Amino acid sequence: METLKGDALHTLQAKRLRWTVEQALKVPFYRKMLQEAGIRPEDIRTVDDVQKLPFTRKTDLQGGYPFGFFAVPMKEVVRIHTTSGTTGKPTVVGYTRQDLDNWSELIARNLTMIGLSDEDVFQNAVNYGLFTGGLGFHYGAEKVGMTVIPSATGNTKRQIEMIDDFGVTALHCTPSYAMHIAEVAEKAGTTLSTLKTGIFGAEPWSENMRTVLERKLGLTAYDSYGMSEMYGPGAAFECPERNGLHIWHDMYLAEIIDPKTGEVLGPGERGELVVTPLMKEAMPLLRYRTGDITSFIEEECPCGRGMKIARLHGRSDDMLVIRGINVFPSQIEHVLRSVPEVGDEFLVYVDRVNHLDELTIAVEMNRSAFSGELEDLTRAQNRIVGALKEALNLRTRVHLVEPDSLPRYEGKAKRVVDRRGDDI
Amino acid sequence: MDATQYTIKQISVFSENKPGRLAAIAGALQAEEINILAFSIAEANGFGVVRALVDKPDAAYKKLTAMGFMISFTDVIAVKMRDVPGGLFEMAAILSEAEINIEYSYAYSGREAAVLILRVDRVEEAVEKILARGGTLLSADEFL
Repeated sequence: METLKGDALHTLQAKRLRWTVEQALKVPFYRKMLQEAGIRPEDIRTVDDVQKLPFTRKTDLQGGYPFGFFAVPMKEVVRIHTTSGTTGKPTVVGYTRQDLDNWSELIARNLTMIGLSDEDVFQNAVNYGLFTGGLGFHYGAEKVGMTVIPSATGNTKRQIEMIDDFGVTALHCTPSYAMHIAEVAEKAGTTLSTLKTGIFGAEPWSENMRTVLERKLGLTAYDSYGMSEMYGPGAAFECPERNGLHIWHDMYLAEIIDPKTGEVLGPGERGELVVTPLMKEAMPLLRYRTGDITSFIEEECPCGRGMKIARLHGRSDDMLVIRGINVFPSQIEHVLRSVPEVGDEFLVYVDRVNHLDELTIAVEMNRSAFSGELEDLTRAQNRIVGALKEALNLRTRVHLVEPDSLPRYEGKAKRVVDRRGDDI
Repeated sequence: MDATQYTIKQISVFSENKPGRLAAIAGALQAEEINILAFSIAEANGFGVVRALVDKPDAAYKKLTAMGFMISFTDVIAVKMRDVPGGLFEMAAILSEAEINIEYSYAYSGREAAVLILRVDRVEEAVEKILARGGTLLSADEFL
């Protein structure tokens, strides 16, 4: 499957694409969309016919909150994950039993590709729960037969003890958390000598960071890509060549488009990744705009596997990735607008402090809600922090600032100052 | 008991905790020839409130608002203290006995006496108790 090429691949993709369109017709949104576009499943004969289909956007999915995009009855949905949305509501994704099998299989494929086997001990140091990275890797690693430690996040000292005491050979976490683990380990005087493989994903990370992580942790680091709408992580993964990520062509039909015009771009051209999953039962998607900027790598990979995309760094929208969690400035706005003490403007600062992303939000106060009491301001400040924590699942710092003190923009407001740069 | 004559308008100005804010406030008051009689700063996490008694509170309010400051009036009372050991205790004890809570206070030591500025939870009752015990409250017009 991984090395399938040419006609054999295209025939398989076309067949699965047509099935996906049929599956999508069970969703009212798609029934209407395809009707308006005048497309029937029979019109999908080749892979290129995907271009006849309209795009699906994240906002469309939110419009279907909670279960509007499910193509199967709820009794066939065996799991739900959610992901942050561009407004207050999250995006809900559902899985059938078959979907979960497909997904674990995919993760298992990735782990096997980088040389992991049932001999390995795997520490899964990511958030379990609604975030797909936890359970996704958990079941995939079990499928390989690895010894899985569901350590989740937090209590870094304990994480380090487990690595040493359990002889952990493979670690999965966000790159920034890996950096933190490395530093705490260094202070504790351990070299984490059993580690040999690191799988890092859920947020962009540079080649610089790879070098540092590999040196500090004494492992080989691999990049993992995915998103809840594509089951979760595992949709694309680095092979041992570590020069781009194989996007699994039997499970996803990938296109790169110009985010402004929607025009389909060729290999080597940078644009927005658009994905049509080919095997999703519970929640089929047609030409889903990921918002992630990348390009197809022209050269064939020496490993013989299929199409690769370049490592992901940019977004076509304003989504931020903070400690592996997706944050849209509009979510922050939504929270702030519900607090009466908050004035007209806010500004989000993103910093990297000790390798961890920090979100600081400067919030203008509302003149007419000012009582003159320090205590009321402190209370408002705490309330904002609490509401943001609840909405974003992130700890933020909130700075109260004077009314009209933040910059005003005539056009589109610039509400995010990302000061992380290319620092590791 | 009508406490109005003893109720003094303090200006409370929100200020970010960064260099130059107090200078901006003080400079503006100087420009308007407004005299500051007493003042204090309370700070919290990254911001503070500058509290001041001035001779022309309305003019100060107008000027600082025009400059973009977030400002509001707060009712406080001002009690003369004997400028000797125990002066503060006398006043604090009166309020303590009446179970009146002092939310915050600050003081200045003037030519004639020391003055304690008090923000309390029950203004009228505080005025009544202080007067009943022979205390001297400054009336609002003494600040003009």
